[in-house]
Amino acid sequence: MKRPEPVHVVKQRREGLLRTLVDAVPYIAFLGIRFDRRGDELTAVLPYKEELIGNPILPALHGGATAGFLEIAAMIELSWSTLWDGVEAQGALPEGPLRLPKTIDFTVDYLRPGLPRDAYARARVTRSGRRYAIEHVEAWQDNRARLFAQATGHFLMPPAESPK
Amino acid sequence: MQDRDTLTIARQFIEALPHSRTLGMRLEEMGEGWALLAMPYDPKLVGDPQTGVIHGGAVSALMDTASGAAVLCHPQAGFSTATLDLRIDYMRPATPGQTIRARAECHHVTRSVAFVRAVATDDDADRPVAMATGAFTIERGAQ
Repeated sequence: MKRPEPVHVVKQRREGLLRTLVDAVPYIAFLGIRFDRRGDELTAVLPYKEELIGNPILPALHGGATAGFLEIAAMIELSWSTLWDGVEAQGALPEGPLRLPKTIDFTVDYLRPGLPRDAYARARVTRSGRRYAIEHVEAWQDNRARLFAQATGHFLMPPAESPK
Repeated sequence: MQDRDTLTIARQFIEALPHSRTLGMRLEEMGEGWALLAMPYDPKLVGDPQTGVIHGGAVSALMDTASGAAVLCHPQAGFSTATLDLRIDYMRPATPGQTIRARAECHHVTRSVAFVRAVATDDDADRPVAMATGAFTIERGAQ
């Protein structure tokens, strides 16, 4: 029987993949989005800051900031879940420039105003084919069961790497 | 509605929204139930590092702000509005370096809901970058 890998090797590889995806995109840093990882499960975190406000009277998060947050959560989850198997099997990140999926369309439902505090989102790949993928995203703040926004989107997958 | 003062007040209102201001949005024109907003290219907003194309989320924010502005300058508008839903179709990548403009228009308004459509373009105005359809609340407050 093969000995299990040391835990720090596993963690380093998975954190490396996540960082490669997240650090590549300037817009993720612009919004200040982080990702929490438990095994292969990702939660996108949007720490509150004043620049995310769209309605200063209420105050409430800007619908566009919420939409951007959900779209990032979806895009990273899709790349992450697509690359996971290969990275786990080969023990190394794929070579060459990272190709991200492209959004075809994205529909956001706003269920309640986004409060001026941290927000969380999880995306689920509903269907993933060779060319197209569909995802559903849920976002909440204080209470996991009380969503403040949800979204569905279609994505165009990057062309598959040519076999070496 | 298009007189200087109204446009100035509306412009200040949009630029006072922290997220819109951070994205550098500017109200260029408005009329009864429509608004045209511009967002300059900024490397901070890039979504695809290989191409330098602005992330869809920033385009969403522009479309959402333009739509909200279109609702607020409709003659039957209330004092405020909120997005109920917004669908965006991304038709082509916006050309890096170019300003993106979104023109939003209310195509139907009821007592409580405004139905809005928006089109985003870059310098090649004949080929839209994205299109959006949304429903917005009409907040009338206590009457």
